[in-house]
Amino acid sequence: MPTLKPKLAMYWAASCGGCEIALANINEALLEVDAYFDFMFCPCLLDTKRADIEALPDGAIFLTLFNGALRTEENLEMAELLRRKSQLFVAFGACAASGGIPALANQHGIGHVLETVFRSSASVDNAAGPIPGGSSPVPGGELELPAFLQRVLAVHEAVTVDYTMPGCPPEPEQIVAVIRHVASGNPLPENGTLLGCTARAVCDQCGREKRGSLAARLARPFEAVPEAGWCLAEQGFPCIGTATHGGCGALCPAVAMPCTGCYGALDRNADPGAAALSALAAVVDPGESGGKAEADIHARLRSALAGVADPLGTFYRYNLAATVVADRSPEVEP
Amino acid sequence: MNQRITIDPITRLEGHGRIEIFLDDAGEVVSAYFQVPELRGFESFCVGRQAEEMPNITNRICGVCPEAHHIAAAKALDELFGAPCLPAAARIRELIYSAFFVTDHTTHFYCLGGPDFIVGPDAPKEERNILGVIRKVGLDAGKAVIACRARNHELIKKLGGRGVHLCGALPGGWSMAVTPEIAREAREIARQNIEFAQFSLETFHRIVLGNEAYRDLVLGDLYAHQTYSMGTVDAHNAPNFYDGTIRVVDPAGNEFVRYRPQEYLDHVAEHVEPWSYVKFPYLKNIGWKGFVDGPESGVYQATPLARLNVADRMATPRAQAEFERFFDAFGCRGNGPGGRNRPVHHRLATHWARLIELLSAAERMQELADHPELCDPEVRQAVSCRAGVGIGSVEAPRGTLTHHFTCDERGILTSVNLLVGTTNNNAPIGMSIAKAAKGLIHKGVVSDGILNRVEMAFRLYDPCCSCATHAIGTAPLEVTVRRSGDGTILDRISRGL
Ligand code: SF4
Ligand code: SF4
Repeated sequence: MPTLKPKLAMYWAASCGGCEIALANINEALLEVDAYFDFMFCPCLLDTKRADIEALPDGAIFLTLFNGALRTEENLEMAELLRRKSQLFVAFGACAASGGIPALANQHGIGHVLETVFRSSASVDNAAGPIPGGSSPVPGGELELPAFLQRVLAVHEAVTVDYTMPGCPPEPEQIVAVIRHVASGNPLPENGTLLGCTARAVCDQCGREKRGSLAARLARPFEAVPEAGWCLAEQGFPCIGTATHGGCGALCPAVAMPCTGCYGALDRNADPGAAALSALAAVVDPGESGGKAEADIHARLRSALAGVADPLGTFYRYNLAATVVADRSPEVEP
Repeated sequence: MNQRITIDPITRLEGHGRIEIFLDDAGEVVSAYFQVPELRGFESFCVGRQAEEMPNITNRICGVCPEAHHIAAAKALDELFGAPCLPAAARIRELIYSAFFVTDHTTHFYCLGGPDFIVGPDAPKEERNILGVIRKVGLDAGKAVIACRARNHELIKKLGGRGVHLCGALPGGWSMAVTPEIAREAREIARQNIEFAQFSLETFHRIVLGNEAYRDLVLGDLYAHQTYSMGTVDAHNAPNFYDGTIRVVDPAGNEFVRYRPQEYLDHVAEHVEPWSYVKFPYLKNIGWKGFVDGPESGVYQATPLARLNVADRMATPRAQAEFERFFDAFGCRGNGPGGRNRPVHHRLATHWARLIELLSAAERMQELADHPELCDPEVRQAVSCRAGVGIGSVEAPRGTLTHHFTCDERGILTSVNLLVGTTNNNAPIGMSIAKAAKGLIHKGVVSDGILNRVEMAFRLYDPCCSCATHAIGTAPLEVTVRRSGDGTILDRISRGL
């Protein structure tokens, strides 16, 4: 029976499935989704095929929640297809928004991924054997594998994104709030707006007290046991809550773990890693030479960094796709 | 021929697990393959990371089983940092892990694999899903399924910080102690889980084993494979999901080997095929002999069924009673070598084994929640890093999961190897599919019901392609039937699991 309800699609590219689980974890509110939308495409849960999407007129889908980064050519094609067919296209979750964890692969490039997985990992027995890919003759016929993109892309690097919903994954309460807003028929925010998060930092929702003191140095989470109720950053733990969008309810600091920035950089115009780094540099005691001269600032950054052995994985954990830091174009691929 | 495949707009598909079946001119099956077309490559990009971040990075391998990766990584860190886990922290980890097993097996039985049985393998495909299950077993049961998932997820969030990608693991400990209120809640949740597990087993007995046609399907040869079985056991040879030694039994039921997770490289290796981004593990001391059964082949399975096959008993009383009933039903109890049970090779019995594990996890959860030291505040310790190796292993719902890290003196990872639940079963999955296809497809006749029975061979493993390829979510599946020779597509179905 044809339905007049607006069509809703959810698709995963290079992702972990956690965004779908977060949607499933809205529990009873799924009934509201069903009441308002015709939830018609979601390979995790439903049976619709790509061909069915291709057959739709352009713009036939009202809202697409696209999660996952773009790792293969197939991911890219699906992003283009769903963009064309959708009125509203949302980059859903950290991987779609900025590459997420899969984009850490941009540090070394796809050649390193294939070499490591199929040639050099400890248990692999394939020293001189094939690296999978392309088409392979097998008894009975020929099997094909899709090709990889040279680097992992955030979705907005390939198609126009109307809204972005941050989080790894977005928290269920935020998903419900966004869906209710759309279903209410109230005017939608301006294009490009971040949905499902607050305009303030994680700190704003964090129950830990800021005492206005500075840490002697940065420490790694295993080096010390934090004091209860006191700001982790002020204790020297690399919590980047000050530089991260609120919306999760400060979940990680609530269990005494530093915020790793999954809701994305608060300042969208700044380089996210640089913003996280300066946020942490600001909590470290500059010592005697508290000056603003270049040498003083450098010294401060060095001492802030001394407790961060992997700056890339700390400051760019979820956003290595959309930054220039690790752009490995084919020319520099080893 | 390749040309034709690549230009066909529907052959380059969604991020799917794929089954390719080739037929000869007479319409008989020549060969069948299970392919996973995705790869993210955690082994590569985890190099250079701070080791202590591995629980928080590798849980992004899979949003369905982040708990398994989080906790396997935590155990590897204990060893890497030389910091044995504090006892209360180990209890918290295991409590989370048991709650996770309950929700995960619940999801599989009611939403993914179970509909084939509860609704029926030949029911229209619109019915073979959770909604069809609810129609068959009643709305109350449907609500009980949702409630079971919700209460266990909620507990995991309270104990681990987050509902999906939890963040509490630290080398040698856990980030937060359990409060007495949470311990009380956990006790109540465990009690409800035991009831729910028993209800699920009764449902299985009534609907599946009580129905002659399904019974024949479970007991028949179509889904049988004689391979080795692998699973983690405790000192009394009862399955243990959180910790223990790895035991492998041969197809006749003799113990083939028993080893500490740290020795896995002496026992397991991975074969590569050019047509899949997922590798094919095998028993190293037998060798890779291709996709074949029997004691001469290094192929093994690591599934709920495998875990019952390697066990001599269950650790908890209710699960023990079901364990005996299980081996009795197949005529396998006590008549294997040395009075062990003979392994059950009927792979559809994996669904039953999964429910026995659900009960066992719920009972274990109760023991942990009742433990007087669960609320001990000593859960976190200051440790220091050093150069070294750490290997951690748990039984993931889909098989033995091993995380293997090496790091330098700053605790920066220099190599990472991940041998993941579903990957263990990559060869058996392909074999089961090929056998089912050969047994079911004749003279080129392929109906939806037939293809569904082929898919059942796949679904019983509860394969999670996020895990296997460290790539993409629980694989929906695409089955293509082609003519051998020119590759022409004869039939195709595609659906979510
Ligand atoms: S820096 Fe971290 S711990 Fe401190 S207030 Fe912000 S979020 Fe909370
Ligand atoms: S505290 Fe930070 S890392 Fe944790 S959920 Fe919130 S935004 Fe994400």
